[in-house]
Amino acid sequence: MSGHTQQLEDGLYGLMAEFETPGQLVAAARKTREAGFKKFDAYTPYPIHELDDAMDLHDNRVSLFTLIGGILGCIGGFSLASWISAFALPLNIGGRPLISTPMFIPVTFECTILVGGLTAAISMILLNGLPTPYHPVFNVERFVNASRSKFFLCIESEDPKFDRAATEGFLESLHPEEIAEVAR
Amino acid sequence: MAQPVELPDTIYVGPVIDPGHSLASVSDKVGGIVLKRRITLGWVFGLLLSFVLLQNLMAGATWLFIKGVGVWGINIPVGWGFAIINFVWWIGIGHAGTLISAILLLLNQSWRNAINRFAEAMTLFAVMCAGMFPVLHTGRPWLAYWLLPYPNTMGLWPQMRSPLLWDVFAVTTYLTISAVFWFVGLLPDLATLRDSSKSRTGQFIYGALSMGWRNSARHWQRYEKASLLLAGLATPLVVSVHTVVSFDFAVSLIPGWHTTIFPPYFVAGAIYSGFGMVLTLMIPVRKFYGLDDIITLRHLNNMAKVTLATGLIVAYGYAIEAFFGYFSADTYERYMIMNRMTGPYAIFYWCLILCNVINPQLLWFKKIRTNPLILWIISIVVNIGMWLERFVIVVTSLHRDFLPSSWGMYWPTIWDWAVYTGTIGLFMTLIFLFVRVLPMITIFELRMLLPGAEVKEPVAH
Repeated sequence: MSGHTQQLEDGLYGLMAEFETPGQLVAAARKTREAGFKKFDAYTPYPIHELDDAMDLHDNRVSLFTLIGGILGCIGGFSLASWISAFALPLNIGGRPLISTPMFIPVTFECTILVGGLTAAISMILLNGLPTPYHPVFNVERFVNASRSKFFLCIESEDPKFDRAATEGFLESLHPEEIAEVAR
Repeated sequence: MAQPVELPDTIYVGPVIDPGHSLASVSDKVGGIVLKRRITLGWVFGLLLSFVLLQNLMAGATWLFIKGVGVWGINIPVGWGFAIINFVWWIGIGHAGTLISAILLLLNQSWRNAINRFAEAMTLFAVMCAGMFPVLHTGRPWLAYWLLPYPNTMGLWPQMRSPLLWDVFAVTTYLTISAVFWFVGLLPDLATLRDSSKSRTGQFIYGALSMGWRNSARHWQRYEKASLLLAGLATPLVVSVHTVVSFDFAVSLIPGWHTTIFPPYFVAGAIYSGFGMVLTLMIPVRKFYGLDDIITLRHLNNMAKVTLATGLIVAYGYAIEAFFGYFSADTYERYMIMNRMTGPYAIFYWCLILCNVINPQLLWFKKIRTNPLILWIISIVVNIGMWLERFVIVVTSLHRDFLPSSWGMYWPTIWDWAVYTGTIGLFMTLIFLFVRVLPMITIFELRMLLPGAEVKEPVAH
């Protein structure tokens, strides 16, 4: 591991600390935020809801986009049915109304779900910046365990408060299993 | 995070996951099935058998394309034969997957975590099989795109007031959203496989599929939101799909179809048959892949309970149908129900009652619910019963038309059977391939069930 070799500051993505339990990680993440760091991230094998609070994560854009998508799907579905039935191919059957709202509900409903659901998935993927073919965190050899059993915290060098030695000292104070440099 | 509340064993049968497991061990066990486990003779034999069965579909569809729908047993008055029976049967089977993945997620039922991936895969494959039938039934499948609203030189548009068109929208939406939900659920597990794969090919394929997922807390936060939203959207969707399917029948004026009980009774039947199929597939998989510490007796017990509950709703549906027939005082309705019970297809009706009303009553007993072999047999009988139900609804309602001069009989031909058994082959082939190439259990959700996953912050020092 490149942990102890001296690296140039600009070749450094950040410093990564490894923790054994989710509790240690949540406490460490909270302290990192309280210490004033902005550009840092935690890596966990499963979603930990306590981290949202500890790291102050409140991104509600997925919900907002899904709502917008759902509303657009709803309007789109109903408009499609109405336009087809009243303008594109109007069929007068016993003088019944051309825009027969109750009969258009199933199509309207399905379009709402379709567009809303697709928006939820696509906006989550895009807001997460995926697909990401390359990311520096994978340069840390032990990072494969982030998808298995271990918990990681990475403070990025782009953070204004980041200082190679001081940040390492700060991470030490959180009692991690191990600290590693993350090459860019 | 929701932790399962441990209640005494009199209520639950054992834990949701064997207490010996850790974060690393569940990942290795489930991931190892795909990455490490050698291909066994049993798997090859099963895949081969399914693939041979799949050839029936090939032959059946080819002959159908050459000759037209006349090769099937359908004719006036029974214009809806196997194609519709099997369509409804397959769609119904799919419903359990969405129920497990969406509704049980919203209800915070943590036991679903071990079975949702498999059930969702089953949904996807079942909907694929289902979708095939209406397309084949159009007679000219190469023109199936006419069902979609698109500008064309004929100046024609689909009839938006027809339940058959609603079906097009409902089924395509269902397939799309199920696939999306399934893929979103797979993302973190694909990342796990990428990270634990030792081969370059495995790393590349799973790496590309996982899109560079890196388990970031900032990602997880949005991920959880999106999952919840998808579950919230899929829940009314699953109910709507079988409701729309039942509208195909209920909106018509045929005695035996034109009843208001159809939507709820179809949805309950769908969940009933779906859980039947989940049990049919899960019990052997659990045994052959040694997963009884992850898919525990408690899962089987719970699934059996859902089967029993929905089975009772279905039984109520049969009773109400008969009552409607009697209470309507309508000649045709009364005749239809009498004909169903005593007419030429009576044997199908009574077999259906045996399979769907008598058979699930065995599930009242905990000894039976926790006996995998007996449960497996019961689940197969459930599948047969639900197929018979659709046969009875479609055929007995149609074959005695309003005028005796137009009465007729319906019997499937060999080509009906070829296509039907062929889709079973397709379904099984896909299942066999699925268990080899993708993690059949949601690994990251399994981790959340472990006692070690609980957040216990250390005391500040």
